[in-house]
Amino acid sequence: MRYHPLTHDNRAAMLGKIGARDIDALFRDVPKEAVVGRSAFDLPDHQGELEVERALSRLAAKNVSAGSVPFFCGAGAYRHHVPAAVDHLIQRSEFLTSYTPYQPEIAQGTLQYLFEFQTQVALLTGMEVANASLYDGSTGTAEAVQMAQRITRRPKAILSGGLHPQYAETVETVVSLSGEVVRAPVLPGRAEDLAALIDGETACVVVQNPDVFGLVRDLRPIAEAAHAKGALLIAVVTEAVSLGLLESPGAMGADIVAAEGQSIGNGLNFGGPYVGLFATREKFLRQMPGRLCGETTDADGKRGFVLTLSTREQHIRREKATSNICTNSGLCCLAFTIHLSLLGEEGFTRLARANHARASALADKLAKVTGVSLVTPSFFNEFTLRLPKPAAEIVDALAAKGILGGVPVSRLLPHDTSVRDLLIVAATETVTDEDCDAFAKALAEVV
Amino acid sequence: MMNNQGRPSSAGGSEPHKLQTISGDRGLDHEEGLIFELGRPGMTGVDIPEVQLSDTRLAGVRRKSPIGLPGLSEPEVIRHYVRLSRMNYAIDAGIYPLGSCTMKHNPRLNEKMARLPGFGDVHPLQPQQTVQGALELISQLMRWLTTLTGMPAVAMSPKAGAHGELCGLLTIRAALEARGEKRPRILVPSSAHGTNPATAAFAGFTVDEVPAKDDGHVDADALEAKLGPDVAAIMLTNPNTCGLFERRIREIADAVHAAGAYFYCDGANFNAIAGRVRPGDLGVDAMHINLHKTFSTPHGGGGPGAGPVVLSAALAPFAPLPLLVHDAKGFRFVEDRAAAPEGAKPFGRLSAFHGQMGMFVRALAYMLSHGADGVRQASEDAVLSANYILASLSDVMSAPFGGPCMHEALFDDSFLEGTGVTTLDFAKAMIDEGFHPMTMYFPLVVHGAMLIEPTESESKESLDQFIHVLRELAKEAKAGKRERFEGAPHLAPRRRLDETAAARKPVLRWKPKDLPQAAE
Repeated sequence: MRYHPLTHDNRAAMLGKIGARDIDALFRDVPKEAVVGRSAFDLPDHQGELEVERALSRLAAKNVSAGSVPFFCGAGAYRHHVPAAVDHLIQRSEFLTSYTPYQPEIAQGTLQYLFEFQTQVALLTGMEVANASLYDGSTGTAEAVQMAQRITRRPKAILSGGLHPQYAETVETVVSLSGEVVRAPVLPGRAEDLAALIDGETACVVVQNPDVFGLVRDLRPIAEAAHAKGALLIAVVTEAVSLGLLESPGAMGADIVAAEGQSIGNGLNFGGPYVGLFATREKFLRQMPGRLCGETTDADGKRGFVLTLSTREQHIRREKATSNICTNSGLCCLAFTIHLSLLGEEGFTRLARANHARASALADKLAKVTGVSLVTPSFFNEFTLRLPKPAAEIVDALAAKGILGGVPVSRLLPHDTSVRDLLIVAATETVTDEDCDAFAKALAEVV
Repeated sequence: MMNNQGRPSSAGGSEPHKLQTISGDRGLDHEEGLIFELGRPGMTGVDIPEVQLSDTRLAGVRRKSPIGLPGLSEPEVIRHYVRLSRMNYAIDAGIYPLGSCTMKHNPRLNEKMARLPGFGDVHPLQPQQTVQGALELISQLMRWLTTLTGMPAVAMSPKAGAHGELCGLLTIRAALEARGEKRPRILVPSSAHGTNPATAAFAGFTVDEVPAKDDGHVDADALEAKLGPDVAAIMLTNPNTCGLFERRIREIADAVHAAGAYFYCDGANFNAIAGRVRPGDLGVDAMHINLHKTFSTPHGGGGPGAGPVVLSAALAPFAPLPLLVHDAKGFRFVEDRAAAPEGAKPFGRLSAFHGQMGMFVRALAYMLSHGADGVRQASEDAVLSANYILASLSDVMSAPFGGPCMHEALFDDSFLEGTGVTTLDFAKAMIDEGFHPMTMYFPLVVHGAMLIEPTESESKESLDQFIHVLRELAKEAKAGKRERFEGAPHLAPRRRLDETAAARKPVLRWKPKDLPQAAE
């Protein structure tokens, strides 16, 4: 077995040093009846690298990869070009095979990039402080709601109908234990009036921008309405690249930002691992979940970085912690940080503009197809179309023609018959003119 | 052959490490500023064409002010992060004996497989007929996990161990509700990982701590005495955090079940018993498996991980969405409660999409490479190596519970009594010797704990060198040579860092010089 360095002779010598007759003697505390042999497992024996690679490649080949076809899926996960340098750097042994930086003297590499990551997230979201990541945008949104409940000591969370339905279900699952969740009606393509739902029991209003249908909205009116009643505004962003073109949630009055960082530096990966961005105001720092990296100095007076404010965390506070999170998304943060560093101000804002331009052109093209109309008057790189047939059927018909033509809203809201004809379409910088032409042509054929 | 004539054969000068360099760098050790302190406006490392843009579809919220990101070319960014990487210790560079963390070798094949476009470049909401291979991979991994644990079902969506704990407790909560019961209390041993009580509180339960006995095992009598109609579950780590297998595990499970409660097992230490012991045979109702520990997906400096939860027949119906089903039409995820198969009553959804696919690919590659025989061998070698360390150090360090242990060897600080050297000093001195320290001050049930987990990935030569250095360090401490320990590490990229100052006046981000830093 290529991964096991001990030889038969090594094992015998080690047992001798221990004074154990055989390996079984070391398992003596295990109840006899609970010890099983090889035959208890109907599983294969070990295989060489060649055989394993062959088996897994065969499975991989059964999937239609996004890069192999005209591809327009979004709704919370986005395909962007990730520079080759990103994947090369995150695979360096010193990053890939290190643990959480509990020994800061020999983990400054990890700690410094986390500090850079926190700074980048704070800058992008327009907030004062950011943590060192959560699992993803959806779990981060649930954490944000719980944080708002702790800060306001109020039970109720109001979720915009434009919040990604799987995010809303995640919040409901976790938050219903400690409070009340109100989901506003789904109004695709419209900025609903959430102010009327806010009352004295409301801890927070959760608004996604751009929303799950792609709609871009001005968060300022809802921020004012929330603050007027002592509630917080939680802004959710599932497409972080949008922050290069749109006003930041912080500038529009958000108190907490929970975002999905996948689209910067990280691949689609069939849904994970992704990286949760989490930022807030300085005054709420002590109620924040997750790890924080802070600057300090060493015994020689040199600048260095450490994990800090851990009195909020489970390993110190146990049942009084602000969250149970431990392992987060370290390496995905690194990919995010390197990609954003490569882009810089110039590259990132250009990337955002290129996305909007691409999506805008595609929306115009598709809206010209007979029977198809654009539902979202404003959008970033993703918009919603109304089709003359159920969108799921159209998507299947497009897939049969070798086009992954977006996400039918019915995939996310299977019980809402009013949205069955809606299709969410995303177009990033990876989409070509030829892809768009092929999409328009195929759509005209299948509607 | 190299011509060495005329070369001095020994380093000249005295105490060369005290040399002050002009650059501030020291040989291969480069000092490196923050990315924000590098670069210049207008520079970028990614070429993207500029486009003409109209504002008409931006709802009047186009960004008006710059973000503040620095501009660097690709070579500058690469050099920056390469330099940072060199300030890190890593399992690829040396033994990483962090107890409870399982820093084993990360095979590179697994990285390669996760990057196949058919896995890495697939969208979670593509039509399901276009991802049949991905779903089949998840199905295969589920079969490995249920077979190795002897449990009938597994929930795949939890994103890490603590998320798996939450999944387990919410499943238990749903099962109790289905029985018409509301039980508020969870029993957690004092030796538990911090995530256990934190998760119990997060899931809306109150935590009742169960003491450990002097031999490092949970006090089974005290535990059984605490059982009652208000107890929802126990959360027990087995092997426990002292590196011991809980001998009375079957009896505890029976008592828990007799009281109408459920047995949640923290599976962080499954790597000690995989392939030899099935948790299902021990009466476990739910257990998370840290794929980033037992099945070697890389820790990546703190994630990402994955924490699938195996479930007993009693809990299986309450597993969260999505549910993977296989029928005549192939594989498919059921993403909606109403469409769930007969008998399934999912408690809800733990996250968007369907879990950590990237980790699933790596874990399955690990399993296929090892096979059932290799998984068993890995567990045995991990236990053997830990016992070898325990046996080789017990005469100079203090092992509170003797042996044998499972996959990790626990020491306390009584061997340092009267030396003036603390557990922290001792661990930091290991850094100067080229090692990552062991886990310190955990578990909480012994004083000044040092928990060493060598894993199966170390050769005997590597273990012997590690043992030699620890023996010598222990002797030095006892001989009163405090200077080696006080203020250690001396030879790392940084000396000891002031954590108190970091917490008192938190500086959590870079700011331009003219902006004031946040004050407490």
